[in-house]
Amino acid sequence: MVTVVVNKFKCGYCGACVSVCPTGALELVETWIDVSEMCTACGICVRICPVGAIEVEK
Amino acid sequence: MKSEYDVVVIGAGPAGSIAAKTAAKKGLDVLLIEKRQEIGDPVRCAEGVSKIWLRKHIEPDHRWICADLKGSRIFSPDGTMIEMAEEIAGGEVGYVLERKIFDRALAYESAKAGVEVMVKTRALDLIIENGFIKGVKVMHLGETYDISSKIVIAADGVESKVGRWAGIDTSIKPSDIETCAQYLMSGTGIDQNYCYFHIGNEIAPGGYVWIFPKGGDLANVGIGILGSKSGEKHAVDYLNEFIEKNYPNARTLEMDVGGVPVCGSIDKTITNGLMLVGDAARQSDPITGGGIINAMEAGKIAGEVAYNAISKGDVSINALKEYEDRWRAKIGHEIDNSLMVKDIFIKFTDPEINSLAHSLEKVNFSSMSLLDLLYALFKANKKLLWDLRVLFKNVIKYDMDFER
Repeated sequence: MVTVVVNKFKCGYCGACVSVCPTGALELVETWIDVSEMCTACGICVRICPVGAIEVEK
Repeated sequence: MKSEYDVVVIGAGPAGSIAAKTAAKKGLDVLLIEKRQEIGDPVRCAEGVSKIWLRKHIEPDHRWICADLKGSRIFSPDGTMIEMAEEIAGGEVGYVLERKIFDRALAYESAKAGVEVMVKTRALDLIIENGFIKGVKVMHLGETYDISSKIVIAADGVESKVGRWAGIDTSIKPSDIETCAQYLMSGTGIDQNYCYFHIGNEIAPGGYVWIFPKGGDLANVGIGILGSKSGEKHAVDYLNEFIEKNYPNARTLEMDVGGVPVCGSIDKTITNGLMLVGDAARQSDPITGGGIINAMEAGKIAGEVAYNAISKGDVSINALKEYEDRWRAKIGHEIDNSLMVKDIFIKFTDPEINSLAHSLEKVNFSSMSLLDLLYALFKANKKLLWDLRVLFKNVIKYDMDFER
């Protein structure tokens, strides 16, 4: 399964990635991002993350 | 926490707190939930706000005002400065807020009006029966609870999922979001009476750098770049480059990040038993990125409409259309106009931006209104900005104020 991984040490938990996710796979819980199985690894969140905390898992 | 309320408001930012307060003051039984343990933190905002519009919702309090603004200084890529300042005596027109204190003050106002406030309480899903939103499933300290309500007001911010759960697509395209990073810095040496803007595709593609005074020698130094232009380098990389070049000796005391919707007004912000407000409804201004005032305006309308609908015993989409109509009339035209301006400006190259700035060198501005700036630009560059002409017809019609 391809998905994205969020580097929790870089992430500022702002939720920008959640807003651009086309499938609704991401969720800003309290201070972390949850990635569900709906993730298609499209990479949009990887691009827009303000700090570059997200990568597509190969 | 009870199992039933008239209204559940999700999210205790400016939109949610004002909506909750307004509904409670009308006599409704209101629950306001906030997923974070501290209201207002972490900050995702440059914290600038218009004085006149703020006063409509809350009396300014020195505890959450960091700086009074007299004007703006805008810099084009070649360093040409356009200064816009109020000439009237002591004419500060804007504030820079301390959002951590401000947001909590707004939530406190709602609590004083009778709202039950719960922190560390997150919406997990909506309770939907026969096509009507009938409440919210929440998690508080690891336990889940079902809370029924006649109306749900979703003020759950840029990361809103509530609209999607109700079948309203609120997802944003990369070209419709500004991805932002900001440091609170000491020692930039800026004039505390002004907010500073630096425009240019090299320093901030599809966005701008801002420096907003925060009192003493502090300032918010931040950047927004258009999501579609982010990727190779991210917002924080552009910001670090700008600071390295301009304020190498300034010290960082805080780091903030965030996404600002610049998509313009979305098609639908209501369904049976549900209203979306603030960033959840994508009501931020597409050109300035400002969202506080629009959120509070929409929150107030949503609170009033919740009361009207519940009083009539009709919370259907037809009854809630009053909210949709009223927020569009109040702030929607300006959002749409700003979207048009944004679409024109993001296409300009740096030499074009420089030439626009040079055309204003002899213009004296006696206000810091963005509309005045645009009008001066339009007069001097009619060919390049011909698409903006619609805007100035609308000015008279809708009496727009860009200074929110």
